[in-house]
Amino acid sequence: MDTMRDRFIATTSRLLDDDPRLALVLAEISRDGFDRAERTHPDRVINVGIREQLLIGAGAGMALTGMRPIMHTFASFLVERPFEQVKLDLGHQGMGGVLVSAGASYDWPAGGFTHMSPGDVALLDTLDGWTVHVPGHPDEAEALLRLAAAGDDRVYVRLSLQSNRTGRPVGGAGFSTVREGGGGVVIAVGPSLDNVLEATESLDVTVLYATTVRPFDAAGLRRAVGATVGADVVIVEPYLAGTSTAAANDALADLPHRVLGLGVGRAELRRYGQMDEHLVAHGLDPRGLRERISAFVRR
Amino acid sequence: MTKTTVGPAPDYRDLNRLMSLMTGDEKHGPAATSTLDALWVLYSRVLRVTPGTVDDLERDRFLLSKGHGPMAYYAVLAAHGFFDEALLPGFGSYDSPLGHHPDRLLVPGAEIGSGSLGHGLPLAVGSVLGLRAQGLTGPRVWVLTGDAELDEGSNHEAIAYAGPAGLEQLHTLVIDNASATYGRPGGIASRFESAGWSVGTVDGRDHEALYAAFTAPHPGRPRAVVATVAPK
Repeated sequence: MDTMRDRFIATTSRLLDDDPRLALVLAEISRDGFDRAERTHPDRVINVGIREQLLIGAGAGMALTGMRPIMHTFASFLVERPFEQVKLDLGHQGMGGVLVSAGASYDWPAGGFTHMSPGDVALLDTLDGWTVHVPGHPDEAEALLRLAAAGDDRVYVRLSLQSNRTGRPVGGAGFSTVREGGGGVVIAVGPSLDNVLEATESLDVTVLYATTVRPFDAAGLRRAVGATVGADVVIVEPYLAGTSTAAANDALADLPHRVLGLGVGRAELRRYGQMDEHLVAHGLDPRGLRERISAFVRR
Repeated sequence: MTKTTVGPAPDYRDLNRLMSLMTGDEKHGPAATSTLDALWVLYSRVLRVTPGTVDDLERDRFLLSKGHGPMAYYAVLAAHGFFDEALLPGFGSYDSPLGHHPDRLLVPGAEIGSGSLGHGLPLAVGSVLGLRAQGLTGPRVWVLTGDAELDEGSNHEAIAYAGPAGLEQLHTLVIDNASATYGRPGGIASRFESAGWSVGTVDGRDHEALYAAFTAPHPGRPRAVVATVAPK
């Protein structure tokens, strides 16, 4: 199977052929994959070198002239390093654009913490007006990218090497129901779905699947919780634990409820190795999830 | 909000009065007046943009990167009819569109909102790229920075990229009032020259010298004009 990043390269290359409004801005990362696109569209495929502040500023400048920029590099360098550019050059200027990251929380564990970005979604959460897509499969990544490219707003697409075995239909909006139960609601975000389904097998819980986490589907969560008194909600996110806890609390503000936010721990792990080992370390493997989810919903 | 006004032709001698509407003072801070002459020459003789063409794709763009002390900018925009001078006395107040740093969504004629230093030049680079990608090779993009603003690393990213990329439509105007703490060994101009820019250094109060520097041909290269004014 191709990776989400492979699919991003193939899809964006085709979109550039079809839509003259689109531009791609790179900072060296993935440039080889876009070699053909760069030769075909030299004015719309821009590589600014290893300059991430310029990556965002130049993309936003292209938006000022009416174009739709797609800006891409590793999550650490796309969202964290040039954060003020993201905040001001896009948000404050009232401009749209599409940020597409690779690397996620620990796609390259042997590379260490410098290339890990578990905090990207939480950081973007301090800004208004961003749509955040977290696809769980390359097919979903392609669908969400196409949606993002066709729009006018500010969109972050977070690609990862972690993937579910099969893709699901995604519409870029609300959460979908994967399993129904009466003893609580578990929201599985993007590539965490397979592990959540395995972890909750034989547990009497509803499982919602979320590939678009901002805006947060408050109505969908309310529907899933129903009229339950004392609703239990668990959110499993493949990035910083608790990133969406406030959004879930807001959605259920007028109901007695409890929320457990699971995800990547805040403490720097300082370990290399493989992604599976990091999933275990953060309790995001099926066994770790089952332990914490069942302890929480059992009461 | 009034976007255009019909009145007498813009007159440089009117700027003091317009500035005093904002400050209530005939004497203005160095940050406010250091840019005044360069802005005046740009808007009255160089930029191809008017209140009637602010949304025209073919217009020239002026990006005020140094958003600090924008009174001269507001005065020049008002003098050229981008908005009514009646807005000037409200400068900085809750109901005014004119803040101590400009906001493009509030100020008619302002291409960017600025305040944080080091954002205008990367945005200008992108504007040139965006215009070029649409086949619009006529419009010129100007950005104004301060000399101390060049301390920001984002500007170095933009300067280093724009030269080799040959962004001929790009123009940077550096107002040099010697306010950078560590200065520039070798001078500001050398920084741009070594990155492949066409560069001119002029007296920032001399209108004819500014005009000549602004309009000098620079085929295949971006242009930087360093306008020297009295030290801060």
